[in-house]
Amino acid sequence: MNSFPNTLRIEIGKYVENFVKYLIRNYGSFFDAIKESILWFLMKVEFFLQWLPWWFVIAVVFIIGWRMKKLSSGIVYGVMLFLIGTFGLWQMMMSTLAVVLTSVIISLIIGIPMGIWMAYSEKIEMIMRPILDGMQTMPTFVYLIPASMLFGLGKVPGVFATTIYAVAPIIRLTNLAIRNVSKEMVEAAHSFGSSPMQVLIKVELPQALPTIMTGVNQTTMMAMSMVVVASMIGARGLGEQVLLSINRLDIAKGTEAGLAIVVIAIIIDRMTQSLADKFKILE
Amino acid sequence: MSEKMEVKNLTKIFGRHPKSILKKINEGMTKDQVLNKTGHTVGLNNVSFEVKEGEIFVIMGLSGSGKSTLIRCLNLLNKPTAGQILFEGKDIVKFNKTELRKFRQNNIAMVFQHFGLFSHRTVIENVAYGLEVKDIPKEKRLKIANDTLETVGLLGWGEKMIHELSGGMQQRVGLARALANNPDILLMDEPFSALDPMIRRDMQLELLDIQAKLQKTIIFITHDVNEAFKIGDRVAVMKDGQIKQIGTPEEILENPVDEYIENFIQDIDRSKILQAKNIMFTPSPLLFSKDGLNVAMKEMKSHGISSIFVVDKERRLKGIITIDDTIKAIKEKKSVEDILKQDYFMTDPEMYVQELIPKAVETKYPIAVVDDTKKLLGIIVRASVLAGLV
Repeated sequence: MNSFPNTLRIEIGKYVENFVKYLIRNYGSFFDAIKESILWFLMKVEFFLQWLPWWFVIAVVFIIGWRMKKLSSGIVYGVMLFLIGTFGLWQMMMSTLAVVLTSVIISLIIGIPMGIWMAYSEKIEMIMRPILDGMQTMPTFVYLIPASMLFGLGKVPGVFATTIYAVAPIIRLTNLAIRNVSKEMVEAAHSFGSSPMQVLIKVELPQALPTIMTGVNQTTMMAMSMVVVASMIGARGLGEQVLLSINRLDIAKGTEAGLAIVVIAIIIDRMTQSLADKFKILE
Repeated sequence: MSEKMEVKNLTKIFGRHPKSILKKINEGMTKDQVLNKTGHTVGLNNVSFEVKEGEIFVIMGLSGSGKSTLIRCLNLLNKPTAGQILFEGKDIVKFNKTELRKFRQNNIAMVFQHFGLFSHRTVIENVAYGLEVKDIPKEKRLKIANDTLETVGLLGWGEKMIHELSGGMQQRVGLARALANNPDILLMDEPFSALDPMIRRDMQLELLDIQAKLQKTIIFITHDVNEAFKIGDRVAVMKDGQIKQIGTPEEILENPVDEYIENFIQDIDRSKILQAKNIMFTPSPLLFSKDGLNVAMKEMKSHGISSIFVVDKERRLKGIITIDDTIKAIKEKKSVEDILKQDYFMTDPEMYVQELIPKAVETKYPIAVVDDTKKLLGIIVRASVLAGLV
């Protein structure tokens, strides 16, 4: 009597499965086209990153760290990157970064307009809020299933799953940033006869930029953490190394790959954070 | 003076179904009843007034009286629920989007309480904003912006960021931004409330100066009765979304229509509102320079005064002579020119009585009220300055 009746079963999972299958059956060519274009873009990015000389990358990171924060930060970042090279993981790192970079760019292209739309419409905000909560709390592995069903195995479903996971903060923070622009400032812009587009571009977005940059930072960090999980469906790179070492109980390899991920995460975080600070507007 | 803007039966109701509340108000429900029964807020209730070209029209009221709602209706930042707003005969409430944008770009500009400046832009970029929106070429708009900065006394501050300026200077930027567009009507929503009292006073005087130069039509919101009476050509007093009285400061001071307004004007310092022209006398005994000393003697005797102002035939002030000097001069056969004295005070008719008090205390002679051409308009005796305080 105390257990939930078996007959009351709503098979929501089944519906989702059917929906995904329906998509594949009827819109297969559409998803192929998406896959091709993501792959093309990803390859360009990866080719470029692999082409960059290692010392050049370290030098650039050093200079950015020095200019944006202080000399010691620049040195620390440079040395940490150098260490990754000594682990023999340079190529892997670039491959991971390519997936992260691609995902972040796609996230921004989707997320910023979405966030603006959400800020402008109470209805859209009401609908989007629970969806965003869901996207962020859903166990990350779950994304891998539809991603691999729609796009097969490899890097593209990795990018897809990473994007879904990482797009939430940029949407959220863009929404928040636009809504927080001083009401009087927006009124002032309207009172001079600005068009809605002029209000957005000349006033709201510049005012929102610091918060949006924080969103970029968070999105990048989320992408970084997801890219490891995405290696389970064949995204190459550092995540793959971690996965391999789990399978083989290879402590040495696991430690090195894990450390490399931590290092990249820290460097990206600090750099995007100080970039966000640079955009702060003094009131 | 022609009417620049005419507001007819304007009503604004905030809430989900504003139109449905209109009938209830017409049936005589009060603001509180509407709020309690329907959850709608009555912002404005059947407001009508007209603003004449070139005047400063002040709307005064306590917070919650609907004055900010009203001024926001005038450029449609708030959409009125009912009523008309006629600008040069056209009802702006009926404007479509393009017409409204054109109207805002060319005819009306607003200055905000907390300035509403764009903190990501420099001072000059702020001032040029309205012109930028109108697609005026960069070089031209920067030139106009620079000229406007000069008008408000901020020449040379153009490249600064907003946060580098003090509050008073920030509001000057706000004013310049509105003026740069060369609007017909300037809306000012409690522009000086956020400023220190000292700076507020300076800004009020400066606004009057700028107004004298540019002759804009200004609609000015304030909760400060002293400010309202000081700068307003006409004042409308609002309460609960309605206008209780409209009139010149003197009219309201002399005939407050009800107790509410009486209470309102009680703490007014009259010396800050009354001007020299309000308390001066027409100078009846006057000596024209062609007249001789004997005429002067006779005039002073018959009016029982000890000094008399001397003017030329255009009534321009030449000086003053005293009775003692006149007696002496007649004996010594001197002329009027020989005994003219210049150690009296002069004032223009716009001067506030408050500022005349120290002069009145010091002077031996009446104060002469003159215009720009030194034409004598009237005289003020000590007693009337002090009487102005009561």
